[in-house]
Amino acid sequence: MQAATSETSSVFELKSGRFTLPNLRLFHTNMDQFAEQLDKQVNMAPAFFQNTPVVIDLSQLSKQTAEVDFALLVGLMRGQGMVPIGIRGGTSRQQELAELMELAILSEQHNNERQKPVAAKATAQNKSAGNVSATLRPQISKLVTRPVRSGQRIYAAGGDLIITSQVSNGAEVIADGNIHVYGTLRGRALAGVKGNREARIFCQNLQAELISIAGQYRINESLKEEQMNRPVQISLSDKRLEIQSL
Amino acid sequence: MARIIVVTSGKGGVGKTTTSAALAMGLAHKGNRVAVIDFDVGLRNLDLIMGCERRVVYDFVNVINGEANLNQALIKDKREDNLYILPASQTRDKDALTIEGVDKVLNELSQTFDYIICDSPAGIERGATMAMYFADDAIVVTNPEVSSVRDSDRMLGILASKSRRAEKGLEPIREYLLLTRYAAERVSKGEMLSVDDVQEILSLDLLGVIPESQAVLNASNSGNPVIMDDDSDAGQAYSDVVSRYLGEDLPHRFLDVRKKGLLVRLFGGQR
Repeated sequence: MQAATSETSSVFELKSGRFTLPNLRLFHTNMDQFAEQLDKQVNMAPAFFQNTPVVIDLSQLSKQTAEVDFALLVGLMRGQGMVPIGIRGGTSRQQELAELMELAILSEQHNNERQKPVAAKATAQNKSAGNVSATLRPQISKLVTRPVRSGQRIYAAGGDLIITSQVSNGAEVIADGNIHVYGTLRGRALAGVKGNREARIFCQNLQAELISIAGQYRINESLKEEQMNRPVQISLSDKRLEIQSL
Repeated sequence: MARIIVVTSGKGGVGKTTTSAALAMGLAHKGNRVAVIDFDVGLRNLDLIMGCERRVVYDFVNVINGEANLNQALIKDKREDNLYILPASQTRDKDALTIEGVDKVLNELSQTFDYIICDSPAGIERGATMAMYFADDAIVVTNPEVSSVRDSDRMLGILASKSRRAEKGLEPIREYLLLTRYAAERVSKGEMLSVDDVQEILSLDLLGVIPESQAVLNASNSGNPVIMDDDSDAGQAYSDVVSRYLGEDLPHRFLDVRKKGLLVRLFGGQR
C-alpha cells in the first residue's frame, strides 16, 4: 500500500544546533571574592558580556564544597549583564539547587539527553519550592501564612513573595520579585534574584542575617542600629542598598 | 485509635526524657492506657528514668526485626497499672529503625493504648525523624537559652514539612512549647531569656514552664519520674502540664522569683 504523503503545515520543528558558549569555571564559593573578580573581568570588556549566555562549570569545585549559593551567584552574574543558562558538572545536590533557580543541567555527552517533560520538572520544583504547577508561569505572588522556620527555604519564582508571619534565623526567603514580610525578618532575604534591580524588600522589623537585591547584598553586621528593629523598605539605587523607614 | 505524641527538641540535654517520663506517668495516673517508647537507639535513657532498667529483656529493635513480639518487650510499670515502657536497644544503631517497622509497631500499640509517647533522641537525623514521623502532637522541649531556641525552631520546621501529616497534606501536627530549666532569678537579672522572649522568637503557644529544680536529679537517681514528687516545684509544674495538655486552662506557675522567708533562708528550703 502506498503511504500517503502528509502535508506539512506545522508551526515549528525541532532541530539540534551547536553553540560555543563561555564557561564560567568556579574554583571556590567565596561570594565576596567572586563579586570582586567578576566586576574586574566585566569592566575589561563590558560589551562582550552584555546579554551573553554563560554556562556555570562546577567540575573544579572540591567534593567537600558546601552548597553553592545559586541565588546569589545568578544574581551577581545577571547584575553584570550575563545570562546564566545552565550548569555543567557538579554533584546531584548542586544540580537540585541549580534546578530550583531554573538553570538547565547540561550533560557532558554529545547526543542531547531527552529533556524531562515540563510537567515533571514543575512537579519536582513543587516538592522543593511549593509553587503552583504550570507550564507557563504567570506573574503570581506566593503567599506564606505560617512562620518560616530555621533551615527552611522558600522561593517565589516569577513573582513576589508575601509572608504574613515571621522569618526565623537560619531561614531563607527568595523571590524573583519583591519580598514582603508582615512580621520580623531574622533570616536571609534575597529579592530580584534573576537580576531584577527594581525589586524591593519590605518588613515590619528588620533583624535580618543578610539582605540582597539582584545580587547586591549586605550582612547583619553592616546594618546600622537606627535601621534595625523597625519597619523598613530596602531598595537598590546604583550599586548600593538603600534602607528607608516605612 | 491512640494519640501519638512526640517529645522532641533538636538540642540535646534539655529535658526530653524527663518530660516523656513525667507525661507518661501523669496521663496514666489519670486513667489512660499509655505506652512510652525510647527512640534513642544506642544511647537509651528512658528505662533508667522510669526505673525499669533491671527488667529489660527485649527492646524496640527486637520487635521491629520480629525477634520478639510486643508483649514480650513491653515492660509494665510497677506504680501505674496502665503504663508500659518499650525500651530502646543499646547495642544496635539507628539504622535498625525503619519506617515500615516503626509504623507496624505503632499500629499494633494503637489498638490497645490511648496515648503513645515517643521519646525522641537529640538532633535532626534518623532517630529524631523516625520519632516524629507518625506524630499527631509534638511537645517541643526548649531551654530559655539561645542555642536551644534556635534548634527548637529548626525542629518545628522539620515537623511542619517532613512528618507523615505534612507529606500527605493532612491536618498538621499540633505543636506545643514546653519551656524547661527556667530560672526566674536569672530571668529577672536579664541573664536568661524570659517566656515572652522565647515566644517572640518561636511564635508558639506555651504548654508549660518547668522551673530549674534539684528534684529532677533526685528523680533520675531514684528512677521515679519527677511528677511523682508532688512537693517539688518541678513535679507540680509537670502535673499542670498534663492537665493543660488534656484541655484544662491553668495559669502558669513558678514564673516569678520566690521571696524566701526568714526561716527558709536560715534553714534552707531547697529540694
